[in-house]
Amino acid sequence: MEPHFQHLHEMLSKVDGFIYPNEIDLNWSVLIVLYPYITGLVAGAFILASLERVFKVRVLRPTYTIALLTAMSFLLVATMPLVSHLAQPQRFYEIMITPHFTSAMAIFGFVYMWYLMVVLLLEIWFDYRRDLVLWSQETPGFKGWIYKVLTLGVKDISPKSLKWDEKLGYAVTVIGIPSAFLLHGYVGFIFGSVKANPWWSTVLMPVIFIFSAMVSGIALVMLVFMAVNYIRKKKINMLCLDTIAKYLLVALILDFALEGLDQVHRIYESEESFQILDLLVKGKLTYTLFLFQWGLGMLVPIIILGYLQIFRSGEKIRKILYAATGILVLVGIFFMRWNVVIGGQLFSKSFAGFTAFKLNLIGSEGLLMAAVWLIVPLLILAFLLWLLPPWKKHPEPAD
Amino acid sequence: MGKHEIKNRRRFLKDAALIAGGLFVSGGTGPFGQILFATERKGTKGPWYGMGIDLEKCIGCGNCASACKAENGVSREPYYFRTWVEQYTILNDGTVKISSPNGGIDGFVQDFPESDIFKSFFVPKMCNHCENSPCVQVCPVGATFDSPEGVVLVDEHYCIGCRYCVQACPYGCRYIDPDRKVADKCTLCYHRIMNGMLPACVEVCPKGAKIFGDLNDPGSELVKFKREHSWQVLKPHMNTDSKVYYNGLRAEVR
Amino acid sequence: MPAQIKRLALLFGLFLAIFLTARYFLVPKSFGEYGHYRGLSLTENQSKIPRYAGQAVCQDCHDDLAGLKSSNEHATLSCETCHGPSLIHAENQDSLPFRPSGRDFCLRCHRIHPARPAANVAMINPEEHNAGQQCTDCHNPHSPWENMK
Repeated sequence: MEPHFQHLHEMLSKVDGFIYPNEIDLNWSVLIVLYPYITGLVAGAFILASLERVFKVRVLRPTYTIALLTAMSFLLVATMPLVSHLAQPQRFYEIMITPHFTSAMAIFGFVYMWYLMVVLLLEIWFDYRRDLVLWSQETPGFKGWIYKVLTLGVKDISPKSLKWDEKLGYAVTVIGIPSAFLLHGYVGFIFGSVKANPWWSTVLMPVIFIFSAMVSGIALVMLVFMAVNYIRKKKINMLCLDTIAKYLLVALILDFALEGLDQVHRIYESEESFQILDLLVKGKLTYTLFLFQWGLGMLVPIIILGYLQIFRSGEKIRKILYAATGILVLVGIFFMRWNVVIGGQLFSKSFAGFTAFKLNLIGSEGLLMAAVWLIVPLLILAFLLWLLPPWKKHPEPAD
Repeated sequence: MGKHEIKNRRRFLKDAALIAGGLFVSGGTGPFGQILFATERKGTKGPWYGMGIDLEKCIGCGNCASACKAENGVSREPYYFRTWVEQYTILNDGTVKISSPNGGIDGFVQDFPESDIFKSFFVPKMCNHCENSPCVQVCPVGATFDSPEGVVLVDEHYCIGCRYCVQACPYGCRYIDPDRKVADKCTLCYHRIMNGMLPACVEVCPKGAKIFGDLNDPGSELVKFKREHSWQVLKPHMNTDSKVYYNGLRAEVR
Repeated sequence: MPAQIKRLALLFGLFLAIFLTARYFLVPKSFGEYGHYRGLSLTENQSKIPRYAGQAVCQDCHDDLAGLKSSNEHATLSCETCHGPSLIHAENQDSLPFRPSGRDFCLRCHRIHPARPAANVAMINPEEHNAGQQCTDCHNPHSPWENMK
């Protein structure tokens, strides 16, 4: 307990102006920054996959399976920061058995279950089913047994059956698009519907969350695609990569426009909360907002990608710039979540002062913990790529 | 028009009438019905508790904040308050200084020379026990709720500690209890008022600046207070239907 | 019906059955009695132990002092305003309530302060008003202006 009070005492000395006495400690810290970040990556990666499947952007075919597996890896980890942040984590199941439907947070359990089971798992299963059956017959030992289990006992790979896979997979992807918007949009709504907090309370919040999710998801799949090809020492499909970069540019511009609209609207209306938010943006959030989120995270990538769209450049330079842009975007979108979650708690609801936030390195809500929740999905992805390698999928049967 | 088409049209009209009629009837029983038919609103049967705070009487002694902690076993550390007192100092140049050192429990010092002060006063704060409470709305599991008497309570055995309610309260009256690790806040001393006693803060206020009462009882002190004073609530634009009524609330109060 | 759909339907049905069974056992029995919360929580909240007795209880035994107090400026004070939570004393006279002492205690309310409505409370500047002396040397706390020494 002592270190907790010691920490609060330190925060008390850093208070600027007046805060309501209970506001001294931030309630939602870096783990709650992570949750929208991770579900955003999931939703964004899935939307990229659906571009190929539903909107028939065939050029993106090489990334289809990788995008799905990436989404799956991150989705499996998504609940962890949430549950570990709870003050009573052992009671987490209550949200599934007595959800209070006036609360946006209550749909979490169901949306998550739905998206995991009905959308992602099914889509991956339909995509891999034929290969699972064949691999279960070809592969000896324990690995072969795993494939057998994954076939769920359905061994039929006749052309008629495969046609069902195609149809059902398509249907699941179609349902998956609004489901992805729901999975991440409700998080935006959780913030956007809090009338007590003017930094959060805006109609645009779910929309901004979804568009920044698409940006981060596309960037992530692009980086994973480049990394996988690099590790396998294969020549990358440049047409596919260029197309991903094009979609990333479009998503970035849309996201920037929406965030810009949000701020312009706030500045123009200049209502009661404007003074404190102005101080917030120009004070506590200067670096995280202007430098990391908008500068490095959005404007620089837009300029680079825009340049590459207009002027022809060599393959090598394009790859380097795409990788750099991807990393900048991922960092920038993390800071977007940071600025929303942490920024919204730095000013008092009295609009008369600020509290401070100290990010610890260790501890259950520390930086290392956050890093773990970002690294584990990559390990899961590596495992999935080993178990279900997209490049070892059997060629389409000749009709 | 063929016989077949006339039959289909009749069937459609019949179905439509049934659906519309069903909606109309169900509307009479559902929430829509409350607007359409003025059916019973909550809080009209039995006691409906609220609080009056008279800012013209508060002397900023901090007894209420201290008694609350003693009565409810709240940590004495200066970070958790079910009720607290704020001091407002409006200087001659118009700037407003607000302070609440340890919630007012240890009293207040006045840093500014009296000649600079335009006006100065104390404002006790507490949970507003809103009728349209945003904290109850956002609780994902049903761990915070309105009691049948209009008191907003926390179920400490069910709260998962997600902190959404703390974020949603516009008045900053909720916190996470450091010992019990669940959401906590003023309970209007539910364990006292349901047993015929006054809330602790009302009991110890030396000037009677806090007035507890039943809004459904026309003879109660609180109803008299509402009739005799031009009362206001905090942040009325939030539409929380707060049940803490202030007399003498000035525009500078946050 | 293709084999895939049959197998998936079976698995989902199984999952749903397990979920509903778990839910039946996990939801607390009193949940939903009065609203979307555990009805038992009302009883739990009501049963907490109070610490303050309330003036009426003090008056039962100390009616003389209560009567004295009721005729002067301190009439609006409850006994426990100064004596603190005293329910334990009301139940067991061997345990004495808090006995205030020292200037700082009275200054809590009576120290001069610009935010205090002057019409509401008598205020003094502690540095000018009999510094070093106890307030009770001259004032009877149950009747502050009576029998001034």
